[in-house]
Amino acid sequence: MSAEEPGRRNVERKAEHLLQVRGLSTHFFTPDGVVQAVDDVTFDVGYGETLGLVGESGCGKSVTALSIARLVPDPPGRIVAGQILFDGIDILKLDDDEVRKLRGKEIGFIFQDPLTSLNPTLTIGYQIAESIREHMGLPQKAARDRVVELLSKVGIPRAKDRLNDYPFQFSGGMRQRVMIAIALSCDPKLILADEPTTALDVTIQAQILELIQTLSSEFHTAVLMITHDLGIAAGMCHRVNVMYAGRIVETGTVDELFERPQMPYAWGLLDSLPRIDDVRGDRLRTIEGMPPLLIRPAEACRFNPRCIYARDVCREKEPSLTSRGTDTHMARCWGTEPGGWIS
Amino acid sequence: MISYLARRILWIIPVLFAVSVITFYLMHAVPGGPWDREKRLPAAVQARLNAEYGLDQPLYVQYIDWVGGFVQGDLGPSYRYQDRRVNDIVADGFGTTFQLGIMAFVVAVVIGIPLGIVAALGHNRPPDYLSTSVSIIGIATPSFVLAILLVIVFSVQLRWFPTGGWKGPETWVLPTLALAGFPIAVIARYTRASMLEVTRKDYIRTAQSKGLQRGAVVSRHMVRNALIPVVTILGPTLAFLVTGSFIIERIFNIPGVGQFYLSSISTRDYSLLMAMTMLYAFAVAFLNVVVDVLYAYIDPRIRYS
Amino acid sequence: MATISRPLPGQVARPKASTGLWRDAFGRLRKNRLAILGLVLVFLLLMAGIFGPIIAPWPYQYQDLKAVAAAGGGPLPPGSPGHLLGTDQLGRDLLSRLLDGARISVTVALVVQLVILVIGVPIGALAGWFGGRLDNLLMRLTDVIYAFPDLLFIILLSVAFRDTLLGQAVDGLLLVFVAIGLTSWVTVTRLVRGQLLALKETEFVEAARAIGVSDSRIVTRHLLPNGMGPIIVAVTLGIPGAILAEATLAYIGIGVRAPRASWGTLVAEGQKFIRSEPHLVLFPAIFIALALIGFTFLGDGLRDALDPKLKGKQ
Repeated sequence: MSAEEPGRRNVERKAEHLLQVRGLSTHFFTPDGVVQAVDDVTFDVGYGETLGLVGESGCGKSVTALSIARLVPDPPGRIVAGQILFDGIDILKLDDDEVRKLRGKEIGFIFQDPLTSLNPTLTIGYQIAESIREHMGLPQKAARDRVVELLSKVGIPRAKDRLNDYPFQFSGGMRQRVMIAIALSCDPKLILADEPTTALDVTIQAQILELIQTLSSEFHTAVLMITHDLGIAAGMCHRVNVMYAGRIVETGTVDELFERPQMPYAWGLLDSLPRIDDVRGDRLRTIEGMPPLLIRPAEACRFNPRCIYARDVCREKEPSLTSRGTDTHMARCWGTEPGGWIS
Repeated sequence: MISYLARRILWIIPVLFAVSVITFYLMHAVPGGPWDREKRLPAAVQARLNAEYGLDQPLYVQYIDWVGGFVQGDLGPSYRYQDRRVNDIVADGFGTTFQLGIMAFVVAVVIGIPLGIVAALGHNRPPDYLSTSVSIIGIATPSFVLAILLVIVFSVQLRWFPTGGWKGPETWVLPTLALAGFPIAVIARYTRASMLEVTRKDYIRTAQSKGLQRGAVVSRHMVRNALIPVVTILGPTLAFLVTGSFIIERIFNIPGVGQFYLSSISTRDYSLLMAMTMLYAFAVAFLNVVVDVLYAYIDPRIRYS
Repeated sequence: MATISRPLPGQVARPKASTGLWRDAFGRLRKNRLAILGLVLVFLLLMAGIFGPIIAPWPYQYQDLKAVAAAGGGPLPPGSPGHLLGTDQLGRDLLSRLLDGARISVTVALVVQLVILVIGVPIGALAGWFGGRLDNLLMRLTDVIYAFPDLLFIILLSVAFRDTLLGQAVDGLLLVFVAIGLTSWVTVTRLVRGQLLALKETEFVEAARAIGVSDSRIVTRHLLPNGMGPIIVAVTLGIPGAILAEATLAYIGIGVRAPRASWGTLVAEGQKFIRSEPHLVLFPAIFIALALIGFTFLGDGLRDALDPKLKGKQ
């Protein structure tokens, strides 16, 4: 990968997958107890692949992304177990300075709220140039040119004039484009996108998502797309992981998940999406109950209190992720296992 | 921005006007007069003096006279020091008082801000405890107590510095420290609180996610934003320094302008008292405007709107 | 799709329900060690102020000249028989005078804040509620007060009215309280005004209006209780300033009249003997420090505890 030719990627693959997360557990040590926000999570992201990480608020998806970049605030959080292999390198074994060099350069981050995620007292040109200057060592003029190029690429008109503008002078959608420009500035191999459109107007959402999709395929950048919105996952991702209560409960390609979901929670999620052929006046369908507190989780399936198919075994032992017919499709449910009681 | 600046400056005028009216009438409400001495002057002499100085006129006439003189820069004759004009008295001492105030301000900022930053960065660890202890001492010790303690330790016992006067740098140290003690503490506490709040902000996380060096994150992203609210307390800090300096001047025998404030009240030296009040009021108002403008300038959100 | 939530052992279906702003705040306050220290100091100060004259070993103005003469003429050191903290050169027991000073400081704290509330809250409420020209006028007034160099104004007032009835009340203290209060109400006014301006536009005020609740009732029953938090914090944090002002004034001889002495007076009197009998300055200084620290920590703790951003969290 050469810095002088953005857009051309020499993909030297050092490992089978770009990102291999194995048994990641991140806990938060609070006065009320230890919150097991991420519990034994395992998944892969391929080079250039867009993987969706879907789940409701509090399920641990954001913490997972932060853990990958080692941005979990410590205290009170800490990665207590697991292995994160990025391009063959074990991130968890690196020292602080080495991790810092990866961030921004190889791993880019897009955060949810562009208003609070940008420094209000620095120009956007400066903020984009910061990582370029830090990681690519370009002199000021060259860096500035690259910033202009990036701004044009993310669709900000009259980029040259807007270099010295401040974040508050942009609209929400524009600010998120700036965030994307920052994330892409050093041509990273992986982008962690944490609900990048949740804070935006619906009409802008589509534009931003399309932008991410276009740029990631153009630069062959892998994307971990975190969202609570299944529609977004369906539109953008190759594969999807569904998370619940700190664990991955189902994983598969988009087709597999949406056509043959194998976990009652996933059914609930899909079912709760409003559909165009719904009858007006019907109530929206929800999954009753609330997600569990992640302090001292019991030895049982974590979804079972809300699951209508639950049986005794669900209350006694937690199921593991097992295959559902293909290499890529796995689910965590006693009932849908081969020989189970749900069909 | 310019209109904001202009409005703020122009606003000083009515404020000073109100201050002058209140002070003038209050001053004349104080019983007694400028001619009170240990030995009572004969009534005839007093009457003649009153006429000479226009004190037999109705109050509003006297006030108008005063205003007339004031806008021309003439602060009137001193009632107490009858061979001197107030302008000269003030001019003599003003430089000294101003110097003391500036030095105390610089010390307060130069020590207070880094103290607060260090405390926040070392939150709940030794640097925090150290800095917070210093702050506690600063807020718990009135300036006059601090002055006394400093004199006892550094002047009497250690003999490092003289006990008073204003001749040369070694006489500047103790008074400046005594005056700056409280502001150091306030600025340090405020800076620490502001830094701690900024540390939690999302844009700090973004800065970290860009892989910037820690020093850059701290200086460009944290400190820069944390200092903006701190500017807002610089106004009251300056006001404190202005009004508190006269106590320090008294304790350390500094020939500034502060000594005249108290004495002009007790000797009923009307024109000197008016001049002192206007001087202090103007200083406070003007410095507040400077601080407000500075605040508006350094926050781009305000500067460009 | 009906499902039933059944919490399992080891699982809780819902996080602890929020128990209301005040109980939350109190819980947070309890955990804040510095705030507890502050509370203890304030409590001790209040006790000293209220029960001082009862527990003091001597009347504060009593001069134990016999003991002084017996010791050779100067102030008695701490640990002398009958005088735990020593005496001054006239044989007046320091501890008793300090306790009396505590009473003065407590009175300062309470009365000044009372004056501030009595002036500041109505003005702020009027400005905030009616807005417009009344607001403008009142804010211009506060600008003038704010611009006044306060210590100087207090001195002027104190000296001007020193020999009047007001000036002689409560040993000269009433005048000081009023003077300090008159220069310090601006912060509370601005706070109250800000609260009202913000809350005025909220929906529950519209709802109350729609039902026909009168304006004044809305302000007193709904808006003020909700806006109380910052006001309480401001009042608590304003106390150190008032105590400091009174001490500074007493130091230069303004305010409290002899033979009554506030801590500031004691420092001024003790200064003469600082080399030989430092206890005469040290103990008053320590008491001042503890009072200032106590209220500052308590105020900080209250501010953190009542921070609306932390509502519902522990």
